[in-house]
Amino acid sequence: MQGPESHYQEYLAKGEFRIQRCDACNSHVFYPRLLCPHCGSSALKWIVPSGAGTVYSTTVMRRRPEAGGDYNVCLVDLEEGPRLMSRVDGPPPAAIGIGMRVKARIAGGGDAGFFVVFEPVGN
Amino acid sequence: MASNNLRGQTAAVGVGLSDFGDVPGFTHFELMAQAVERALADAGLKKADVDGVFATLEPSNLPVVAVCEYLGIRPKVMEGTMIGGSSFVNYLQWAALALQAGLCEVALITYGSNSRSGKRKPGGAVPIPYEGAYDARLVTAYALATARHMHQYGTTRAQLAEIPVAARAWARLNPKATQRGPLSIEDVIRSRMVSDPLTVADCCLISDGAGAVIMTRADRAKYLPRKPAYLLGVAAETSHLGIAQMADLTVTAAAQSGPRAFSMAGLAPKDVDVLSLYDAFSINTLLFLEDLGFCSKGEGGAFVSGGNIAPGGKLPVNTNGGGLSCMHPGMYGVFTIIETVTQLRGDAGERQVKDPKVGLAHGNGGSLSTQVTSLFGTEETL
Repeated sequence: MQGPESHYQEYLAKGEFRIQRCDACNSHVFYPRLLCPHCGSSALKWIVPSGAGTVYSTTVMRRRPEAGGDYNVCLVDLEEGPRLMSRVDGPPPAAIGIGMRVKARIAGGGDAGFFVVFEPVGN
Repeated sequence: MASNNLRGQTAAVGVGLSDFGDVPGFTHFELMAQAVERALADAGLKKADVDGVFATLEPSNLPVVAVCEYLGIRPKVMEGTMIGGSSFVNYLQWAALALQAGLCEVALITYGSNSRSGKRKPGGAVPIPYEGAYDARLVTAYALATARHMHQYGTTRAQLAEIPVAARAWARLNPKATQRGPLSIEDVIRSRMVSDPLTVADCCLISDGAGAVIMTRADRAKYLPRKPAYLLGVAAETSHLGIAQMADLTVTAAAQSGPRAFSMAGLAPKDVDVLSLYDAFSINTLLFLEDLGFCSKGEGGAFVSGGNIAPGGKLPVNTNGGGLSCMHPGMYGVFTIIETVTQLRGDAGERQVKDPKVGLAHGNGGSLSTQVTSLFGTEETL
């Protein structure tokens, strides 16, 4: 027996980004939960989202070059509805803008665990 | 039972600030105790009179218990719910209820921090779920909200800079404020960028400091030495913990806490003479002015322009200099109450607003996560 958080990590480790969908109210849910935050139902099922999303907001976190330099942090709205914090890899952080169309990719591994990042569509 | 049952039933009768700014060599608890001593003296009460304690401090697992032990108080009521920097404005509600119900007679609300000289990093040590991998900092959430507000409403960088500039102009009238040098819109924009579009001048100070507020029922308040600041309304609301779970980054839960507090008080934004809005970042002031109904959504940039919230402007906001220029220990909420009470008493010296009757103190916590609005009034508002 294991909970949704642990399932989510297992999917990522297998190379699958999954989110939940509520059978009771049809809402999509992220981050993974035991109860739907919209209607309270526990009828949450795993689905594979399209991976497509749009940048809702974005910032350049300024950092000294010797510490790794500037980096992006953004919020992405998935096509299915849920929003997640992430980053867009590829373009320089300052070139990432609100409204940019992006696609999910699994990153990380090792001690950091797996997590979802995005790349601009068409790259 | 109507929610206006709390209106005017209790009052802030004593306030105290510790030494603040850069105060090396003192612990959180020592600064807190200094503020409590000053608040009790201000109220004309003794430690032995305090039988309700409402407090939280960062370095303790059982903060309100630690405060009680440190001060040597065994209260009848203790409350230490941690909802971020707004916690102390939230305590107003629970202190008022406990006082009115007769559970306690004298309530102490207090906070202390040596976050400057103790070099303690602001923000929670526990990562927000599913945000840890992206190296977001406390400022990140506020920068994302700012970027979204600019995108959605065309708010400009120069308009946003009016907020730190106004805070500084007020701070220049407050001899105790930490930052009192001149500050222009150009200075704000050209300061070191921290998290686009926010520069270091858009971010609050990191200070040592403590504050304390003493409350009691209105029937007792009138026999105490200082002019009471009556609690007319208070309401809290939360919308999310992590910024990714905030539905619309341009609308905070102040859009709910504000109307509920105004409803309890039987007042509207036009009745407010002086405001203290928790300005951890410049965007806070703008969002709260909109959400609390002082201007329409999206109009905040235009509203703060031309020095409208600065000395000489139409709406006095953060008259002590705020978290941006006066002081900001780890959590600022209690200081919004203290400045509001100071103004309503007419004790604010050079920065005194002319004859204020109604003051608003608004607390923010987390990543725009918790919003608590309170309204205080002089005797004539009862």
